[in-house]
Parts: sequence; C-alpha cells; structure tokens
Amino acid sequence: MASASSLQFKTDAKRVAGDLRHRGLIQTALRKYETSRDLQKSAFQDWQGARQSAAERKWDAINHLDVYLESLTSKLEARGTKVHWATTAEQAREIILGIVREKKARSIIKSKAMTAEEIHLNDALEKAGFSVVESDLGEYIVQLRNEAPYHIVFPAMHLTRGEISALFTEKLGSAPTDNPEDLTMIARNVLRDKYITADVGITGANFAVAETGMISITENEGNARLTAALPKTMITLMGLEKIIPKLSDLALFLPMLATAGAGQAITGYNSMYGGPRQPGEIDGPEEYHVVLIDNSRTHLLADPEQRDALHCIRCGACLNVCPIYRNVGGHAYGTTYSGPVGSVITPHLRGLQEWKHLSQASSLCGACTEACPVKIDLHHHLLQNRRNAMQEKPVWWEKDAFHIFGFLATRPELLRALIPFGRFAQKWFHWIVLGGPLDPAKAWTETRDLPPIAPRTFTDEWRARQRAASRKEASK
Amino acid sequence: MKVTLFVPCFMNTMYPQAGISIVQVLERLGHTVAYHEDLFCCGQPAFNAGYWDEARTVAGPVVKTLAADPADAIVIGSGSCGAMLKVFYRDLFAGTPLAQEAISVGERTWEFSDFLVTKLGVTDVGARFPAKVTFHDGCHGLRELKVKQQPRRLLEHVAGLELVEMRDSETCCGFGGTFSAKFPAISTAMGEVKCTSAAETEAEYIVSNDSSCLMQIQGLLDRQRKPIKTLHIAEVLARQ
Repeated sequence: MASASSLQFKTDAKRVAGDLRHRGLIQTALRKYETSRDLQKSAFQDWQGARQSAAERKWDAINHLDVYLESLTSKLEARGTKVHWATTAEQAREIILGIVREKKARSIIKSKAMTAEEIHLNDALEKAGFSVVESDLGEYIVQLRNEAPYHIVFPAMHLTRGEISALFTEKLGSAPTDNPEDLTMIARNVLRDKYITADVGITGANFAVAETGMISITENEGNARLTAALPKTMITLMGLEKIIPKLSDLALFLPMLATAGAGQAITGYNSMYGGPRQPGEIDGPEEYHVVLIDNSRTHLLADPEQRDALHCIRCGACLNVCPIYRNVGGHAYGTTYSGPVGSVITPHLRGLQEWKHLSQASSLCGACTEACPVKIDLHHHLLQNRRNAMQEKPVWWEKDAFHIFGFLATRPELLRALIPFGRFAQKWFHWIVLGGPLDPAKAWTETRDLPPIAPRTFTDEWRARQRAASRKEASK
Repeated sequence: MKVTLFVPCFMNTMYPQAGISIVQVLERLGHTVAYHEDLFCCGQPAFNAGYWDEARTVAGPVVKTLAADPADAIVIGSGSCGAMLKVFYRDLFAGTPLAQEAISVGERTWEFSDFLVTKLGVTDVGARFPAKVTFHDGCHGLRELKVKQQPRRLLEHVAGLELVEMRDSETCCGFGGTFSAKFPAISTAMGEVKCTSAAETEAEYIVSNDSSCLMQIQGLLDRQRKPIKTLHIAEVLARQ
C-alpha cells in the first residue's frame, strides 16, 4: 500500500510538472542563480579543496558531538545563557511556549529558521494565543499566504512580483506596484513596528561555534539582527548538527554558504551571539535562551552509512541543481526539507516506509552530490534508502517481477526463444492498447513512443558475423 | 588488444546497431573483440529499485564470467551499465564471496568513449559524418565515471561533423530506469526540458554515449513529431 504522503506527492508532483508557467519561472530563477554561483565559486582559489576541508570540519564536528556540544553549552551558560535540550519536536515547542508564557509576551517576532518549520512552531504559538510575525521578507510573504516555505533559502521563489503586490494589496491594503524596492518598503514599514513592540525574538542558527560558545546567524536583510537585538528576550532554536569546532572555521563556512546557497561572495549581515546583555553593555536582550533540538537527528547519527547527511548546512544548493526539484517545486514534497537532502533525511526523521517514495523519485543523476559544498553523498544515500526500505518491506509484485526477470536474464536461450513473441506482440497488438488504461507500458507510452524490439538482436547480428567469419576462414 | 564487449539488455534488444558499431570501430582499430552471448543484463534495474538479492542473481554470473575472461579490457557502450560494473558492483558484492572478483572486473571495465581516448589514446577513428550534432552527457557516465571530454574529443575529430553544445548539457534527461515508469510525469517534464535545450542548438542529431538516455529523448521527440534524431556515439564513429 502506498502511503498517504506518497499519493499526495504523486498527485502534486504531476500537477506541477506539467505546469509550464511554473517550469519557466523556476528555470529562469535558478539559471540566474547558477550564473552568480559560478562567478563566486571562481573567486575561491580551490573550490574542490574548500569542499574537502568543509566536509572534514563537519565530519569532526558530527563525530565528536559529545565533546563539542558540551563545550558550546558550557561557554554559553558561563555568559548567562539558558540552554535547553529537546529530544522531540513536542518538547521543543513546550520549552518555547513555557518561555513566552513566563514572559507574558503579547507579540513575538521571528527570523528565518527551518527548525521552527520542522516543529511547526508558529502554529503552536498561535494556537496558544500568541501573535507571531516572520521578519524575513520571503518568510513574511509565505506567512501572509498561509503557506510553507517553497525553498530552504528562497521561501517565496515561486511567486512573481505581481503576485506579491496583489497579496500585499489584499492583506496590507498597499497600492499595487511592480517595483521590488517598493514591495520591500511596504513589508519593512509593517515589520519595523513589530520589532519595537515584540517582547520575544525567535531566531534559528546557521552555525554554533563550540570553541567560543557562539551562535552564528547569517542573513541579507538585517531582520535577524533586529529580531535578536530589540526584544527583551531572545530565543534561538537550532538542530544539534549545527555545530562547528572552531571560530576560524567560519572563515571557510560563511563564504561557502553564501556562494553555494545564493551565489553571493558573503551574506549581507553576519552576527554572532554569545549570551544576554553583559554588565556594562548598552544593548542586547536581557535574557537569552538556546534550544537544542534532536528530533530524530540521532537516528541519522546512528547510521554510519548516512551520518554525513548531518553535515548539511542548509544552503539549498542541492535543491537548486536538482532536475526533480526544478520540475515539481518545493511544495510537492510535503516535507520541511525538500529537494535531494530532504529526500535523504526525511525517511530517517519521519519514518522510512512513509517517506521512501521521495528516495524513489530520483533519476539518481548525482547533480546534488556534485553541488553539495560539504560533500554529502546524497544520491548514493537515496539508493541506500531504497535498499533499506525494500529489505524491510518489499513490494511483492516488484519483487516477483525482478525474480522473473532474473530467471530469464540468466537463461539466455530461453530468453532468445521468447523475444520473437515479444516482437510479434509489440508489432501486432500493442498499438491497440497503446497509451490507454489497458497498456502494460502505459506509464511510458502515455507521453513517449516506445522503440520496437529490433528485427534482429545484437546477439543475432553477432552470430551472423561469427558465421560469416568462419565461412571466410573455411574458404581460405 | 583483446577486448570483451558487454552489451546492455536494452542495446541488445532495441539498439543492436550501436553494439555492432562498437565492434566495427574496435576492429577497425585492430583490436580483437569477444562477446559472451550468455550475459544479458548487468542487474542495475533491480539494484536501483532496492532489490539487491535479485540484482545479485543477475549480476553474479556477469562477475564470474568476466572475472574468468582473460581479455585486456571489458568495454561497455553505456555509461550507466559501465557505472554499475565499475562503481556499484563493489557495493552490491561487498561482504559476499564474489567481493574480490567484482572489484577486479570493475577495474578492467571501460565505458566505450573513455576506453578509446583514455586507455587507447585515440581521438581520431577515421570517421566521417557531415552533420550538426549536440552531445548529451548521460549522468552515470558523467558523474560516476567522470566521462566528459572523451566523447567530445572523438566527435571533434569526425570529418564534416559540427559539434555544438546545448544549454544545460549536464542536466539529466529524466530517464533514470524504473524512475521513468514510477514517476512518468516528472520524467516527462525533465525530458521536455532536455529536448528544448537540444532544439535550441538547431542540431540535426543528439548524440550520447548512453542508449537509455536516447530512448527517453527519442521517445519524446517521436511523440511530439520533432525532426531532430538521436544516435549513439559509436554509430557516428562507425560511419565512413
């Protein structure tokens, strides 16, 4: 039985894949990204060497989480930060709800955090009666549309300026405009006020430096900086895999994330947070909470074959180059993390049988693995997920079909005797059902022609050549 | 040199001319070609679908036969099946009695264009093919076997041939084996993107080193009645 998520994926993917407007929009946007990414990559003296170093730094971090997490938290706590550990999404939500309740917060401002999407934080806060506003422009747009982010890095990439203008007119009462700067100003005017009135600011984290006990946040709009600086209480929600060993590692990771993620040399604003306002400091939050979330990341850690998926720095490079993502879009996946990395990790985070279809929905082209700045072996992990899923619970008819194929493929004389029947059936009968519901090859023939079985197979041709050669030899 | 040719199942049954062309090119270069009639498939369909036991049923005899074959090289006219033997057999047979044989077979296996250019050092096979051609990189050949420049070097030396690069030549055509049947809508969309890029070059032929990609591309082109044709690189190199 196909899972509900699988049926949903197939339906949505089919609809979007045939949508030529969507196809044009995404291809154009991502081709622009590719051009600027390549330009920035060329600024690295040795991009492949940089990837290797990044992979090694993350390998060290992920394989010594015990040491590095201990160092991170003890240093954060020494500066008065409250560090919380959440095993599950529910625990993380409860911790954050506990803090905002204690603070009697009326309004909450939030900067971009995929971990918050992962635990459906906004939903939980709103249900508990708190108002929460996204401060990243793209996130704000999808929040107004009541939608999930379309992409890890570019949440509103699927929308045109016209659609955003219409949305603002409807929700904010602004005058229609086609100018991106005007659109930004409309959102900014609304958001400025929210920063000032918010009691709590919630952020994600891009990196967590074990050596110094600091959270690194990188962004292009300055919104995360305001989210962190203005409210009295700051909360950072981060996955425990965000750790990097040393402060100097940021010299590699920050430009790498900017290049791979957005085709930028370096992201616009790069901030570090080590704790609440210290004695003698004039600004910063009075209270700082860091919530470290596992939410099944340790399942992935326990898998030596795929542990490197925890290296992911959420740059989105694998989504950008993935021909599947480019054709089905970010929403069809039905997951927080879409694209190749989402297809690899979601079965670990949320159940293999329910999410195995994402690992099957790949041509295994390997563009993702080639693009990944931290060298996660993405497309081979998709193969491993397929193997693990079928070992655990094979699909009986598929297994039978491969049994029969295996039986025939290892009995070439029998196969050779059957090929003429196939040729006959294809020539005289296939056209009757071609592309229709009774066509056994419908999945192929609905949109594509099927080549005929050749009048003579290669083996037939080979035998004829051998016979001709031996006749020639005999007549000498 | 003694060369053993491995012919993939779909090439054997649907594109025999590509296989014959490989034999012709190799013989023209003075090599002796052998072929095992009893080897039909590399086992990749079952392997990619996750059924590794069933894949070993098919791949086991391939490993045993080729390990016992004294040929200097095993040549395959497909980057995809080439990658299966060269890269994935290691994983498939790891921890089995055939582990060592699988590795040694992989080490002696070559994708056809890679064999000509890298192993033999040949870039001009004396072919003539007066046409405008664009080359499609099959993903497995490109990324698992690192075959990118080899086929282009060969095509550049074909008399009369004009090679034009298409936009996104490294983007997958959407075939992906059983993927094309499990997710036909996505596979078709990917193929359409590929066909559009190829058509933009105004080439008469899309050439590739993988017949499986060409089956996908030609299948779409035929259905949409587009005039551009597909051809395996061996068929171009065999023309004189």
